[in-house]
Amino acid sequence: MEPLTSKKKVLEKKPLTFAERMYLPAITKGLAITISHFFKKEATIRYPEEQREFSTNFRGMHSLKRDENGKERCTACGLCALSCPAEAITMIASERKPEEIDLYREEKYASVYEINMLRCIFCGLCEEACPKEAIYLDGPIVPSDYLRKDFIYGKDKLVEAPLEKK
Amino acid sequence: MDIAFVIEKFVLVAIIFGISLLIAMYSTYAERKVAAFLQDRLGPDRAGPFGILQPLADGVKMFMKEEIIPTNASKWLFMVGPGLAMLTACIGTAVIPWGSAITVGDRVIPLQVTDINVGILYIFGVVSLGVYGVMIGGWASNNKYSLLSAIRAASQNISYEIAMGLSIIALLLVTNSMSLGEIVANQHGWRWNVLYQPLGFLLFMVCSFAETNRAPFDLPECETELIGGYHTEYSSMKLGFYLFAEYINMFVSAAVMASLYFGGYNYPGMDWVLAQTGTVIAPLIGTAVFFLKIFAFIFFFMWVRWTIPRFRYDQLMHLGWKVLIPLAIANIIITSIVIAIIEKF
Repeated sequence: MEPLTSKKKVLEKKPLTFAERMYLPAITKGLAITISHFFKKEATIRYPEEQREFSTNFRGMHSLKRDENGKERCTACGLCALSCPAEAITMIASERKPEEIDLYREEKYASVYEINMLRCIFCGLCEEACPKEAIYLDGPIVPSDYLRKDFIYGKDKLVEAPLEKK
Repeated sequence: MDIAFVIEKFVLVAIIFGISLLIAMYSTYAERKVAAFLQDRLGPDRAGPFGILQPLADGVKMFMKEEIIPTNASKWLFMVGPGLAMLTACIGTAVIPWGSAITVGDRVIPLQVTDINVGILYIFGVVSLGVYGVMIGGWASNNKYSLLSAIRAASQNISYEIAMGLSIIALLLVTNSMSLGEIVANQHGWRWNVLYQPLGFLLFMVCSFAETNRAPFDLPECETELIGGYHTEYSSMKLGFYLFAEYINMFVSAAVMASLYFGGYNYPGMDWVLAQTGTVIAPLIGTAVFFLKIFAFIFFFMWVRWTIPRFRYDQLMHLGWKVLIPLAIANIIITSIVIAIIEKF
């Protein structure tokens, strides 16, 4: 069969020359290469103590944002859940009561907002779909756990910490 | 034979035994560290600072593991195997001169357990016995892979012993002695045997790699083909003994190479040091130098292990019989001709 690419490398099987059959030059060359690595900087990151720096567009754990007054931005429109290809997001919408005006920015808010981290593929489509700039995948790596139920993250884990009262 | 002599020897034996065990222990750590550094990694660093307690953790792990003896194994031989491997590895250190004699007052304490006049032959015999531990273990396991490994170990050791013996004959022509104590003492200062026998040293070193079953000659335990080789069926401290024996063997052959070819405890300027420090400190400095040489050789063993891939079995045999043995014979002939010419004129 003709090769599918234009790259063609003709291999010639020549018998080894005397110098090659001596092994020793090749061995010293190999030893020189390995000892040069002895003095190079190691690539290891001592994980729990040191952590690799994420790139600027890294997509990690989701966080539900608050606005400048500390109110939750999410209005439970459901666009994120709709856009999610892995169907990881569920939410239940509620109407804001008059006394909750400091808690939620819109009149409608998500009383339950859950992301199943085992289903999530961290594609970032929810982030793009959100009209209220309420969800961002700007967190760290989702930590490991033992039970499936512990991977369903509710609002307690997703919503940003409230603003400091001044 | 006075009582002080007996005490002196016992203390020396105990110290040497302890040191070889300690070095074997930390060789496992050093091996992992060297491997890591050569591969741009860090190596064990969790147990203690820089992972310095790792060998202890490994030892505890080995002791705590469940002891398994296969049902169809030959039980007695199965237990003898690792013991024999360990024993033969340890007794090799008896004839190695660790330093020149310490003189306290009119008492001369040699830093060598025994200077038998056929020291080299003794080392040779002990090293060849080492393969019995591997063979018995491999046979007694009643496992095809172990048996194959035992066969490999036996044929490999026999093949390389010949070349090793021949390379030593050339050395004996130069040194005129078979006592290790004398051979080392004759290499005073800079007159190291490697300068007279470079080819002989090369042959001896290659054969030592083969005799200690180290890479690139670690065919008896090559994981890719034989699972674990002769220690496939072993667990717990029996496995520990085999692994340990390998490191002690490495230590002993490093010591033998250093004393036969690299002057043992001799170093340039040792007379000046002797005049400055006296007859107690100077031999100890010599011993320290000797250990430096040993460590350098051990490092070299490890360095080679993480550089060169394993030989194929036919390549191994080809190298042993068709390359090393003719070279060793040629080395003997050339050496004897040169010696004859020098003596004539």
